[in-house]
Amino acid sequence: MKEVAVIGAGMTLFRRHLKETGKELSFLATKMAMEDSGLEKDDIDMVVMGSAPDAFDGIHMKGENLIDGSAAVGKPYVRVFNGGGTGVFAPIAGWWHVASGVADICLVVCEEKMGNCYPHPQTAFRHIWDPILDRPLTPNLVWLFAMEMNRYMTVHGIKKEDIALVSVKNKRNAVGHPCAQLADPNITVEDVLNSEIMAWPVNRLDISPPSDGAAALIFCNRDIVHKFTDDPIYVAGTGWSIDSTMWTNRDLYFPRYVAQAAKMAYKMAKIENPRKEIDFAEPYDPFSYKELHHLEGLLLCKKGEAPILTREGVTQRDGDLPVCPSGGLLGVGNPIAATMGQKVCELYWQLKGVAGKRQIPGDPRIGVAQAWGDIMQMGTVILLRRG
Amino acid sequence: MVKKKEYKEWPPYAPGTHVHESDISEKKITFTWWEPEVQYSWSLGPAMSKFLMGLKEGKIYGIHCKRCKRIIVPPRMFCEYCFGPTEEWVELPDTGIIETFSISYLDPDARRIEEPILVGVVDLDGTPPHHGFMTYFGEMTKDEIKIGMRVKAVWKPENEREGSITDIKYFKPLKGGED
Repeated sequence: MKEVAVIGAGMTLFRRHLKETGKELSFLATKMAMEDSGLEKDDIDMVVMGSAPDAFDGIHMKGENLIDGSAAVGKPYVRVFNGGGTGVFAPIAGWWHVASGVADICLVVCEEKMGNCYPHPQTAFRHIWDPILDRPLTPNLVWLFAMEMNRYMTVHGIKKEDIALVSVKNKRNAVGHPCAQLADPNITVEDVLNSEIMAWPVNRLDISPPSDGAAALIFCNRDIVHKFTDDPIYVAGTGWSIDSTMWTNRDLYFPRYVAQAAKMAYKMAKIENPRKEIDFAEPYDPFSYKELHHLEGLLLCKKGEAPILTREGVTQRDGDLPVCPSGGLLGVGNPIAATMGQKVCELYWQLKGVAGKRQIPGDPRIGVAQAWGDIMQMGTVILLRRG
Repeated sequence: MVKKKEYKEWPPYAPGTHVHESDISEKKITFTWWEPEVQYSWSLGPAMSKFLMGLKEGKIYGIHCKRCKRIIVPPRMFCEYCFGPTEEWVELPDTGIIETFSISYLDPDARRIEEPILVGVVDLDGTPPHHGFMTYFGEMTKDEIKIGMRVKAVWKPENEREGSITDIKYFKPLKGGED
């Protein structure tokens, strides 16, 4: 297996509605990653597109629609998607294009335009449920996460106040992010707890907003990385795993599929004690409790311990284990696949020391990003490290 | 080394043009609109046919995976864990405990509703822990509902049942002494 470096990253503004089309957003994110790496379209061997359910954009098989904006015309191109897991799975696919030796340089573009869908992107989520057993109950996707959050809170005796701290931290962290949709320097726990209840125990400020946006990353074979940088960032490990679709047949209090994905990535990176060896984390935080749930799934703390670390400030940007220094999905926005921008692009920027106001102190050497998708069943994990 | 633009902070700018919801509703920007019309018919397959026809008769059927030694509900023709075929249908009691729940103020289109819906997962008696299906809960208030509460199915009248998960209207609290 070839060693794989990251040599460029880019992302667009994240907003509920952006004027640009999906192709145009893909172009803008890709152009920024090209500026970063110094590459032109002809230098790119292959392209991976990540974009989640077609129903948001309203364009069936939208991967084909997005090709022209993704520097992919005339090249090998593939779209990958596993719902919310895509933002980390697409870069995993980009990595394996290069790790396998099939490509020397692979561009990964992630795009999402949720604002196209009316009356609300939630309407598109109606089409992801099992048609036989679930749809007659006319479920809303927020129900699902409310049920998982309740199970997690009840098993461990976690208070909503402690979960609300995640929203506060991430929306405050997002203040330093130029693309952020919901940054708020003054938000408090009370604001979160007093925001309207959507589906108890989920309040409005526990949820990341639907967004339009795009992000891009460029992967390169280690053998040629010296042409682009003398301070390379490498992919240290990748992992992914999926659980059964029958989500009513397992205990939702712990995401075991995330733990399976994390173990695969840690083994590849030769990490034996993740809590000690990993400097910072960008776990998937579409809902406030998910950051905690995923920190446990990533084996960065014991089951039920993540709220305690959060309360004690360990996960703050200047804490011992900074978590979501980007501002996460809660602060920067949630254009599903394009959250690669706050997850994997952020690891790259933090490790290069160019995250500006978001930069975590010290000298971070290794970071982990994770995403979560499909019907509460997909875990995707990537580790980046400095060379 | 390849020549490139240098910036001190990343991302160095945020490309894209924000438009407000009102820009669309007041037609201040150009856009196009489409309302798809499409219908589907899904055949249920053997396992779900048996399960849903059972509900029509007021019965909850599970199926046995002998290799994993578990009764599976909702039933399927194969076990996703050992990947062997399932066999032997089992009639299950219509009682269980609340595995988890939500008190929802959102309808399926994320529109707000006044009276919350109590919805969750019932962990059915006669199955291994955490085995059940999504359902509504009723005859209890949002302050009374608790994880671990014992519950029993309330069925639609026989002539209104149609072989759907909604043939069970909801699960209600099961008081001591009831079965």
